[in-house]
Amino acid sequence: MVTLSLADIIPFLLLAARWTLLLSAIAFVGGATGATLLLLWRYGAPKVGGVATSLYIQLFQGTPLLLQLFLVFFGLPLLGVEVSPLAAAGIALTCYASAFLAEIWRGCVDAIPRGQWDASASLGMNFLTQMRYVILPQSLKIAVPPTVGFLVQLLKSTALASIVGFNELTRSGQIVANATFQPFLIYGLVALIYFAMCYPLTVGSRVLERRMRISR
Amino acid sequence: MGYEFDFSAISENIGLLLHGAGLTIGLTAIAATVGMALSIGGAAAALWGPGWLRRIVGVYVELIRNTPFIVQLFFIFFGLPSLGVKLTAFEAAALAMTINLTAYGIEIVRAGIEAVPPGQREAGFALGIAPISTFIYIVLPQAIAVVYPALVSQIVITMLESAVVSQVAVTDLTHAADLIQSRTYRAFETYFAVTLIYLGMALLMRWLFNRAGRQLFAGKR
Repeated sequence: MVTLSLADIIPFLLLAARWTLLLSAIAFVGGATGATLLLLWRYGAPKVGGVATSLYIQLFQGTPLLLQLFLVFFGLPLLGVEVSPLAAAGIALTCYASAFLAEIWRGCVDAIPRGQWDASASLGMNFLTQMRYVILPQSLKIAVPPTVGFLVQLLKSTALASIVGFNELTRSGQIVANATFQPFLIYGLVALIYFAMCYPLTVGSRVLERRMRISR
Repeated sequence: MGYEFDFSAISENIGLLLHGAGLTIGLTAIAATVGMALSIGGAAAALWGPGWLRRIVGVYVELIRNTPFIVQLFFIFFGLPSLGVKLTAFEAAALAMTINLTAYGIEIVRAGIEAVPPGQREAGFALGIAPISTFIYIVLPQAIAVVYPALVSQIVITMLESAVVSQVAVTDLTHAADLIQSRTYRAFETYFAVTLIYLGMALLMRWLFNRAGRQLFAGKR
Protein backbone atom coordinates (compact mmCIF):
# COMPACT_ATOMS: atom_id res chain seq x y z
CA MET A 1 0.00 0.00 0.00
CA VAL A 2 1.26 3.41 -0.96
CA THR A 3 0.21 6.59 0.80
CA LEU A 4 -0.45 9.38 -1.62
CA SER A 5 -1.94 12.75 -0.79
CA LEU A 6 -4.71 14.32 -2.79
CA ALA A 7 -2.13 16.79 -4.09
CA ASP A 8 -0.42 13.85 -5.81
CA ILE A 9 -3.53 12.01 -6.94
CA ILE A 10 -5.55 14.81 -8.51
CA PRO A 11 -2.83 16.06 -10.90
CA PHE A 12 -2.09 12.45 -11.87
CA LEU A 13 -5.73 11.86 -12.77
CA LEU A 14 -6.06 15.20 -14.56
CA LEU A 15 -3.03 14.42 -16.68
CA ALA A 16 -4.57 11.06 -17.56
CA ALA A 17 -7.78 12.84 -18.55
CA ARG A 18 -5.82 14.42 -21.43
CA TRP A 19 -5.63 10.97 -23.01
CA THR A 20 -9.37 10.56 -22.60
CA LEU A 21 -9.84 13.85 -24.43
CA LEU A 22 -7.34 12.92 -27.13
CA LEU A 23 -9.03 9.57 -27.73
CA SER A 24 -12.44 11.28 -27.86
CA ALA A 25 -11.10 13.77 -30.39
CA ILE A 26 -9.63 11.02 -32.58
CA ALA A 27 -12.86 9.05 -32.44
CA PHE A 28 -14.97 12.11 -33.21
CA VAL A 29 -12.91 13.27 -36.18
CA GLY A 30 -12.66 9.70 -37.51
CA GLY A 31 -16.33 9.06 -36.84
CA ALA A 32 -17.44 12.27 -38.53
CA THR A 33 -15.39 11.39 -41.61
CA GLY A 34 -16.74 7.86 -41.66
CA ALA A 35 -20.30 9.01 -41.19
CA THR A 36 -19.99 11.54 -44.02
CA LEU A 37 -18.71 8.84 -46.37
CA LEU A 38 -21.53 6.49 -45.30
CA LEU A 39 -24.12 9.19 -45.94
CA LEU A 40 -22.70 10.10 -49.35
CA TRP A 41 -22.86 6.43 -50.25
CA ARG A 42 -26.38 6.11 -48.91
CA TYR A 43 -27.80 9.08 -50.81
CA GLY A 44 -25.53 8.79 -53.84
CA ALA A 45 -26.38 5.14 -54.53
CA PRO A 46 -29.68 4.57 -52.72
CA LYS A 47 -30.02 0.92 -53.76
CA VAL A 48 -26.70 -0.63 -52.75
CA GLY A 49 -25.54 2.13 -50.41
CA GLY A 50 -28.85 2.29 -48.59
CA VAL A 51 -28.80 -1.39 -47.70
CA ALA A 52 -25.08 -1.49 -46.95
CA THR A 53 -25.07 1.56 -44.69
CA SER A 54 -28.10 0.46 -42.71
CA LEU A 55 -26.50 -2.98 -42.25
CA TYR A 56 -23.34 -1.29 -41.00
CA ILE A 57 -25.33 0.86 -38.58
CA GLN A 58 -27.37 -2.12 -37.32
CA LEU A 59 -24.21 -4.13 -36.78
CA PHE A 60 -22.42 -1.50 -34.72
CA GLN A 61 -25.48 -0.40 -32.78
CA GLY A 62 -26.47 -3.99 -32.04
CA THR A 63 -23.20 -5.26 -30.56
CA PRO A 64 -21.30 -4.23 -27.43
CA LEU A 65 -18.56 -1.66 -27.96
CA LEU A 66 -16.32 -3.74 -25.67
CA LEU A 67 -16.44 -6.64 -28.12
CA GLN A 68 -15.86 -4.36 -31.11
CA LEU A 69 -12.77 -3.20 -29.27
CA PHE A 70 -11.63 -6.77 -28.62
CA LEU A 71 -12.16 -7.71 -32.27
CA VAL A 72 -9.93 -4.86 -33.43
CA PHE A 73 -7.36 -5.51 -30.72
CA PHE A 74 -7.12 -9.26 -31.36
CA GLY A 75 -8.15 -9.30 -35.01
CA LEU A 76 -5.73 -6.85 -36.62
CA PRO A 77 -2.64 -8.74 -35.42
CA LEU A 78 -3.97 -11.77 -37.35
CA LEU A 79 -3.72 -9.66 -40.50
CA GLY A 80 -0.13 -8.92 -39.60
CA VAL A 81 -0.84 -5.43 -38.24
CA GLU A 82 0.43 -4.90 -34.72
CA VAL A 83 -1.75 -2.35 -32.95
CA SER A 84 -1.04 -0.37 -29.82
CA PRO A 85 -3.90 -0.03 -27.32
CA LEU A 86 -4.37 3.59 -28.46
CA ALA A 87 -4.59 2.59 -32.13
CA ALA A 88 -7.00 -0.27 -31.37
CA ALA A 89 -9.22 1.96 -29.28
CA GLY A 90 -9.04 4.73 -31.88
CA ILE A 91 -10.06 2.40 -34.70
CA ALA A 92 -12.85 0.69 -32.75
CA LEU A 93 -14.29 3.98 -31.50
CA THR A 94 -14.06 5.46 -35.01
CA CYS A 95 -16.14 2.60 -36.44
CA TYR A 96 -18.57 2.90 -33.55
CA ALA A 97 -18.91 6.68 -33.86
CA SER A 98 -19.33 6.43 -37.65
CA ALA A 99 -22.39 4.24 -37.16
CA PHE A 100 -24.04 6.47 -34.56
CA LEU A 101 -23.24 9.75 -36.33
CA ALA A 102 -24.44 8.35 -39.66
CA GLU A 103 -27.73 7.41 -38.01
CA ILE A 104 -28.12 10.83 -36.35
CA TRP A 105 -27.21 12.76 -39.47
CA ARG A 106 -29.38 10.57 -41.68
CA GLY A 107 -32.34 11.79 -39.64
CA CYS A 108 -31.22 15.37 -40.21
CA VAL A 109 -30.85 14.92 -43.98
CA ASP A 110 -34.23 13.16 -44.17
CA ALA A 111 -35.78 16.13 -42.37
CA ILE A 112 -35.02 18.36 -45.39
CA PRO A 113 -38.21 18.64 -47.47
CA ARG A 114 -38.27 16.62 -50.69
CA GLY A 115 -38.85 19.85 -52.63
CA GLN A 116 -35.31 21.02 -51.87
CA TRP A 117 -33.91 17.98 -53.71
CA ASP A 118 -36.34 18.43 -56.60
CA ALA A 119 -35.74 22.16 -56.92
CA SER A 120 -31.97 21.84 -56.92
CA ALA A 121 -32.15 18.96 -59.39
CA SER A 122 -34.33 21.04 -61.68
CA LEU A 123 -31.63 23.73 -61.59
CA GLY A 124 -29.30 21.15 -63.12
CA MET A 125 -27.23 20.44 -60.01
CA ASN A 126 -25.62 17.04 -59.76
CA PHE A 127 -25.64 14.97 -56.56
CA LEU A 128 -22.50 16.40 -54.99
CA THR A 129 -23.43 20.00 -55.79
CA GLN A 130 -26.91 19.44 -54.33
CA MET A 131 -25.37 18.02 -51.17
CA ARG A 132 -22.73 20.72 -50.88
CA TYR A 133 -24.87 23.80 -51.51
CA VAL A 134 -28.46 22.86 -50.71
CA ILE A 135 -28.92 19.85 -48.46
CA LEU A 136 -25.94 19.84 -46.10
CA PRO A 137 -26.02 23.52 -45.08
CA GLN A 138 -29.64 23.10 -44.01
CA SER A 139 -29.22 19.75 -42.29
CA LEU A 140 -26.02 20.81 -40.51
CA LYS A 141 -28.00 23.38 -38.61
CA ILE A 142 -30.38 20.85 -37.10
CA ALA A 143 -27.57 18.31 -36.66
CA VAL A 144 -25.55 20.31 -34.15
CA PRO A 145 -27.50 19.67 -30.89
CA PRO A 146 -27.79 15.87 -31.27
CA THR A 147 -24.15 15.68 -32.39
CA VAL A 148 -23.00 17.48 -29.25
CA GLY A 149 -25.22 15.10 -27.27
CA PHE A 150 -23.52 12.14 -28.92
CA LEU A 151 -20.12 13.58 -27.98
CA VAL A 152 -21.05 12.94 -24.35
CA GLN A 153 -21.76 9.30 -25.15
CA LEU A 154 -18.49 9.02 -27.07
CA LEU A 155 -16.43 10.60 -24.30
CA LYS A 156 -17.91 8.15 -21.80
CA SER A 157 -17.28 5.25 -24.17
CA THR A 158 -13.55 5.95 -24.23
CA ALA A 159 -13.47 4.54 -20.68
CA LEU A 160 -13.64 1.07 -22.23
CA ALA A 161 -10.16 1.60 -23.72
CA SER A 162 -8.88 1.03 -20.19
CA ILE A 163 -9.76 -2.66 -20.58
CA VAL A 164 -7.28 -3.17 -23.43
CA GLY A 165 -4.66 -1.37 -21.38
CA PHE A 166 -4.77 2.16 -22.76
CA ASN A 167 -3.71 4.50 -19.97
CA GLU A 168 -6.56 6.99 -19.94
CA LEU A 169 -8.54 8.31 -17.00
CA THR A 170 -10.30 5.10 -15.92
CA ARG A 171 -7.14 3.00 -16.17
CA SER A 172 -5.12 5.55 -14.21
CA GLY A 173 -7.87 5.52 -11.61
CA GLN A 174 -7.58 1.73 -11.37
CA ILE A 175 -3.81 1.97 -10.95
CA VAL A 176 -4.04 4.56 -8.19
CA ALA A 177 -6.91 2.74 -6.48
CA ASN A 178 -4.92 -0.47 -6.44
CA ALA A 179 -1.86 1.28 -5.04
CA THR A 180 -3.57 3.31 -2.33
CA PHE A 181 -6.46 1.02 -1.35
CA GLN A 182 -8.81 3.98 -1.45
CA PRO A 183 -11.20 2.91 -4.22
CA PHE A 184 -14.12 4.93 -2.87
CA LEU A 185 -12.19 8.19 -3.04
CA ILE A 186 -10.38 7.43 -6.31
CA TYR A 187 -13.36 6.20 -8.32
CA GLY A 188 -15.38 9.08 -6.88
CA LEU A 189 -12.75 11.51 -8.19
CA VAL A 190 -12.60 9.76 -11.56
CA ALA A 191 -16.37 10.01 -11.87
CA LEU A 192 -16.25 13.70 -10.97
CA ILE A 193 -13.61 14.40 -13.64
CA TYR A 194 -15.74 12.63 -16.25
CA PHE A 195 -18.71 14.62 -15.04
CA ALA A 196 -16.75 17.86 -15.37
CA MET A 197 -15.94 17.00 -19.00
CA CYS A 198 -19.39 15.73 -19.98
CA TYR A 199 -21.78 18.02 -18.17
CA PRO A 200 -20.85 21.20 -20.10
CA LEU A 201 -21.49 19.29 -23.34
CA THR A 202 -24.86 18.05 -22.05
CA VAL A 203 -25.88 21.57 -21.09
CA GLY A 204 -24.54 22.94 -24.38
CA SER A 205 -26.56 20.45 -26.38
CA ARG A 206 -29.70 21.34 -24.44
CA VAL A 207 -29.20 25.10 -24.89
CA LEU A 208 -28.56 24.70 -28.63
CA GLU A 209 -31.69 22.62 -28.98
CA ARG A 210 -33.83 25.16 -27.17
CA ARG A 211 -32.39 28.01 -29.20
CA MET A 212 -33.16 26.14 -32.41
CA ARG A 213 -36.74 25.46 -31.39
CA ILE A 214 -37.25 29.18 -30.78
CA SER A 215 -35.72 30.23 -34.07
CA ARG A 216 -38.09 28.06 -36.05
CA MET B 1 -0.57 -15.18 -43.85
CA GLY B 2 -0.37 -18.49 -42.09
CA TYR B 3 -3.40 -18.01 -39.89
CA GLU B 4 -6.22 -20.49 -40.18
CA PHE B 5 -9.50 -19.77 -38.52
CA ASP B 6 -10.67 -22.44 -36.14
CA PHE B 7 -14.09 -22.13 -34.57
CA SER B 8 -14.01 -25.49 -32.78
CA ALA B 9 -13.39 -23.65 -29.50
CA ILE B 10 -16.93 -22.26 -29.79
CA SER B 11 -18.72 -25.54 -30.38
CA GLU B 12 -16.74 -27.26 -27.63
CA ASN B 13 -17.71 -24.64 -25.08
CA ILE B 14 -21.30 -24.09 -26.02
CA GLY B 15 -22.45 -24.86 -22.46
CA LEU B 16 -20.25 -22.13 -21.03
CA LEU B 17 -21.57 -19.63 -23.58
CA LEU B 18 -25.18 -20.55 -22.90
CA HIS B 19 -24.65 -20.10 -19.18
CA GLY B 20 -23.06 -16.71 -19.84
CA ALA B 21 -25.85 -15.63 -22.16
CA GLY B 22 -28.40 -16.69 -19.54
CA LEU B 23 -26.66 -14.57 -16.93
CA THR B 24 -26.55 -11.55 -19.26
CA ILE B 25 -30.27 -11.92 -19.92
CA GLY B 26 -30.96 -12.41 -16.19
CA LEU B 27 -29.07 -9.25 -15.28
CA THR B 28 -30.86 -7.32 -17.99
CA ALA B 29 -34.24 -8.62 -16.80
CA ILE B 30 -33.53 -7.51 -13.22
CA ALA B 31 -32.30 -4.09 -14.36
CA ALA B 32 -35.26 -3.65 -16.72
CA THR B 33 -37.92 -4.66 -14.19
CA VAL B 34 -36.62 -2.77 -11.18
CA GLY B 35 -35.37 0.07 -13.38
CA MET B 36 -38.75 0.63 -15.03
CA ALA B 37 -40.57 0.73 -11.68
CA LEU B 38 -38.03 3.22 -10.33
CA SER B 39 -38.14 5.25 -13.55
CA ILE B 40 -41.89 5.72 -13.25
CA GLY B 41 -41.57 6.71 -9.60
CA GLY B 42 -38.65 8.98 -10.40
CA ALA B 43 -40.43 10.67 -13.29
CA ALA B 44 -43.50 11.32 -11.13
CA ALA B 45 -41.24 12.70 -8.39
CA ALA B 46 -39.40 14.91 -10.90
CA LEU B 47 -42.71 16.35 -12.16
CA TRP B 48 -44.88 16.67 -9.08
CA GLY B 49 -42.65 15.98 -6.07
CA PRO B 50 -41.65 18.56 -3.47
CA GLY B 51 -38.76 20.86 -4.39
CA TRP B 52 -36.06 18.96 -2.50
CA LEU B 53 -37.04 15.64 -4.05
CA ARG B 54 -37.10 17.15 -7.54
CA ARG B 55 -33.58 18.46 -6.98
CA ILE B 56 -32.33 15.07 -5.77
CA VAL B 57 -33.80 13.31 -8.82
CA GLY B 58 -32.26 15.96 -11.08
CA VAL B 59 -28.79 15.57 -9.56
CA TYR B 60 -29.05 11.78 -9.74
CA VAL B 61 -30.04 11.81 -13.40
CA GLU B 62 -27.28 14.23 -14.39
CA LEU B 63 -24.59 12.45 -12.37
CA ILE B 64 -25.35 9.06 -13.86
CA ARG B 65 -25.87 10.26 -17.42
CA ASN B 66 -22.58 12.15 -17.45
CA THR B 67 -20.27 9.43 -16.12
CA PRO B 68 -19.21 6.15 -17.78
CA PHE B 69 -20.99 2.94 -16.77
CA ILE B 70 -17.70 1.18 -16.06
CA VAL B 71 -16.73 3.85 -13.52
CA GLN B 72 -20.14 3.51 -11.83
CA LEU B 73 -19.61 -0.24 -11.67
CA PHE B 74 -16.10 0.10 -10.20
CA PHE B 75 -17.37 2.65 -7.70
CA ILE B 76 -20.09 0.28 -6.52
CA PHE B 77 -18.02 -2.90 -6.55
CA PHE B 78 -14.67 -1.60 -5.25
CA GLY B 79 -15.67 1.63 -3.54
CA LEU B 80 -18.77 0.77 -1.51
CA PRO B 81 -17.12 -1.98 0.59
CA SER B 82 -15.02 0.71 2.29
CA LEU B 83 -18.32 2.12 3.58
CA GLY B 84 -19.19 -1.33 4.90
CA VAL B 85 -21.52 -2.22 2.01
CA LYS B 86 -20.21 -5.57 0.75
CA LEU B 87 -21.75 -6.81 -2.49
CA THR B 88 -21.03 -9.88 -4.56
CA ALA B 89 -19.98 -9.22 -8.14
CA PHE B 90 -23.43 -10.22 -9.37
CA GLU B 91 -25.21 -7.92 -6.91
CA ALA B 92 -22.89 -5.05 -7.79
CA ALA B 93 -23.51 -5.60 -11.51
CA ALA B 94 -27.29 -5.79 -11.07
CA LEU B 95 -27.25 -2.65 -8.91
CA ALA B 96 -25.03 -0.70 -11.32
CA MET B 97 -27.16 -1.67 -14.32
CA THR B 98 -30.37 -0.76 -12.49
CA ILE B 99 -29.01 2.60 -11.35
CA ASN B 100 -27.78 3.35 -14.86
CA LEU B 101 -30.98 2.33 -16.63
CA THR B 102 -33.15 4.22 -14.13
CA ALA B 103 -31.38 7.52 -14.84
CA TYR B 104 -32.17 7.26 -18.56
CA GLY B 105 -35.59 5.76 -17.86
CA ILE B 106 -36.65 8.72 -15.71
CA GLU B 107 -35.95 11.16 -18.54
CA ILE B 108 -37.76 8.99 -21.08
CA VAL B 109 -40.86 8.38 -18.92
CA ARG B 110 -40.97 12.06 -18.01
CA ALA B 111 -41.00 13.02 -21.68
CA GLY B 112 -43.86 10.54 -22.15
CA ILE B 113 -45.90 12.00 -19.30
CA GLU B 114 -45.37 15.50 -20.66
CA ALA B 115 -46.64 14.33 -24.04
CA VAL B 116 -50.02 13.32 -22.60
CA PRO B 117 -52.46 16.23 -23.00
CA PRO B 118 -53.20 17.86 -19.61
CA GLY B 119 -56.91 17.47 -20.35
CA GLN B 120 -56.61 13.75 -19.62
CA ARG B 121 -55.48 14.44 -16.09
CA GLU B 122 -58.04 17.17 -15.57
CA ALA B 123 -60.80 14.94 -16.88
CA GLY B 124 -59.77 12.28 -14.37
CA PHE B 125 -59.93 14.82 -11.54
CA ALA B 126 -63.26 16.16 -12.79
CA LEU B 127 -64.69 12.64 -12.57
CA GLY B 128 -63.58 12.49 -8.95
CA ILE B 129 -60.88 9.89 -9.54
CA ALA B 130 -58.10 10.09 -6.95
CA PRO B 131 -54.88 11.72 -8.25
CA ILE B 132 -52.87 8.52 -7.79
CA SER B 133 -55.48 6.46 -9.69
CA THR B 134 -55.64 9.11 -12.40
CA PHE B 135 -51.89 8.80 -12.78
CA ILE B 136 -51.79 4.99 -12.79
CA TYR B 137 -54.86 4.26 -14.92
CA ILE B 138 -55.17 7.27 -17.21
CA VAL B 139 -51.91 9.19 -17.65
CA LEU B 140 -49.29 6.43 -17.29
CA PRO B 141 -50.60 3.95 -19.93
CA GLN B 142 -50.73 6.71 -22.53
CA ALA B 143 -47.32 8.04 -21.52
CA ILE B 144 -45.66 4.63 -21.73
CA ALA B 145 -47.32 3.93 -25.08
CA VAL B 146 -45.72 7.09 -26.52
CA VAL B 147 -42.18 6.39 -25.30
CA TYR B 148 -42.28 2.58 -25.52
CA PRO B 149 -39.80 2.41 -28.46
CA ALA B 150 -37.32 4.61 -26.60
CA LEU B 151 -37.63 2.44 -23.49
CA VAL B 152 -37.01 -0.70 -25.54
CA SER B 153 -33.89 0.88 -27.08
CA GLN B 154 -32.62 1.83 -23.66
CA ILE B 155 -33.10 -1.71 -22.31
CA VAL B 156 -31.24 -3.13 -25.32
CA ILE B 157 -28.43 -0.61 -24.76
CA THR B 158 -28.25 -1.69 -21.11
CA MET B 159 -27.96 -5.32 -22.22
CA LEU B 160 -25.12 -4.46 -24.61
CA GLU B 161 -23.33 -2.28 -22.06
CA SER B 162 -23.53 -5.11 -19.53
CA ALA B 163 -20.60 -6.73 -21.38
CA VAL B 164 -18.47 -4.56 -19.10
CA VAL B 165 -19.55 -6.43 -15.94
CA SER B 166 -17.21 -9.24 -17.00
CA GLN B 167 -14.49 -6.91 -15.70
CA VAL B 168 -15.55 -7.51 -12.09
CA ALA B 169 -15.68 -11.27 -12.72
CA VAL B 170 -19.42 -11.66 -13.20
CA THR B 171 -19.67 -14.82 -15.31
CA ASP B 172 -21.71 -13.25 -18.09
CA LEU B 173 -21.41 -13.88 -21.82
CA THR B 174 -18.28 -11.73 -22.28
CA HIS B 175 -16.68 -13.43 -19.28
CA ALA B 176 -17.34 -16.80 -20.92
CA ALA B 177 -15.59 -15.46 -24.03
CA ASP B 178 -12.62 -14.28 -21.95
CA LEU B 179 -12.39 -17.72 -20.37
CA ILE B 180 -12.57 -19.59 -23.67
CA GLN B 181 -10.00 -17.40 -25.39
CA SER B 182 -7.54 -17.73 -22.51
CA ARG B 183 -7.87 -21.52 -22.65
CA THR B 184 -7.76 -21.96 -26.41
CA TYR B 185 -5.77 -18.90 -27.59
CA ARG B 186 -8.49 -18.36 -30.21
CA ALA B 187 -9.24 -14.79 -29.20
CA PHE B 188 -10.55 -13.51 -32.52
CA GLU B 189 -12.82 -16.45 -33.29
CA THR B 190 -14.22 -16.45 -29.77
CA TYR B 191 -14.96 -12.74 -29.64
CA PHE B 192 -16.34 -12.81 -33.17
CA ALA B 193 -18.79 -15.60 -32.31
CA VAL B 194 -19.80 -13.91 -29.06
CA THR B 195 -20.31 -10.58 -30.84
CA LEU B 196 -22.73 -12.36 -33.17
CA ILE B 197 -24.52 -13.88 -30.16
CA TYR B 198 -24.95 -10.40 -28.70
CA LEU B 199 -26.26 -9.15 -32.04
CA GLY B 200 -28.75 -12.02 -32.14
CA MET B 201 -29.86 -11.31 -28.59
CA ALA B 202 -30.29 -7.60 -29.32
CA LEU B 203 -32.36 -8.28 -32.46
CA LEU B 204 -34.45 -10.92 -30.70
CA MET B 205 -35.11 -8.66 -27.72
CA ARG B 206 -36.16 -5.79 -29.96
CA TRP B 207 -38.46 -8.07 -31.97
CA LEU B 208 -40.09 -9.57 -28.86
CA PHE B 209 -40.59 -6.20 -27.19
CA ASN B 210 -42.05 -4.68 -30.34
CA ARG B 211 -44.46 -7.60 -30.68
CA ALA B 212 -45.45 -7.29 -27.05
CA GLY B 213 -45.81 -3.54 -27.52
CA ARG B 214 -48.27 -3.97 -30.37
CA GLN B 215 -50.40 -6.20 -28.13
CA LEU B 216 -50.11 -4.03 -25.04
CA PHE B 217 -50.73 -0.68 -26.60
CA ALA B 218 -53.21 -1.58 -29.31
CA GLY B 219 -55.42 1.47 -29.78
CA LYS B 220 -53.67 3.57 -27.13
CA ARG B 221 -51.65 5.67 -29.55
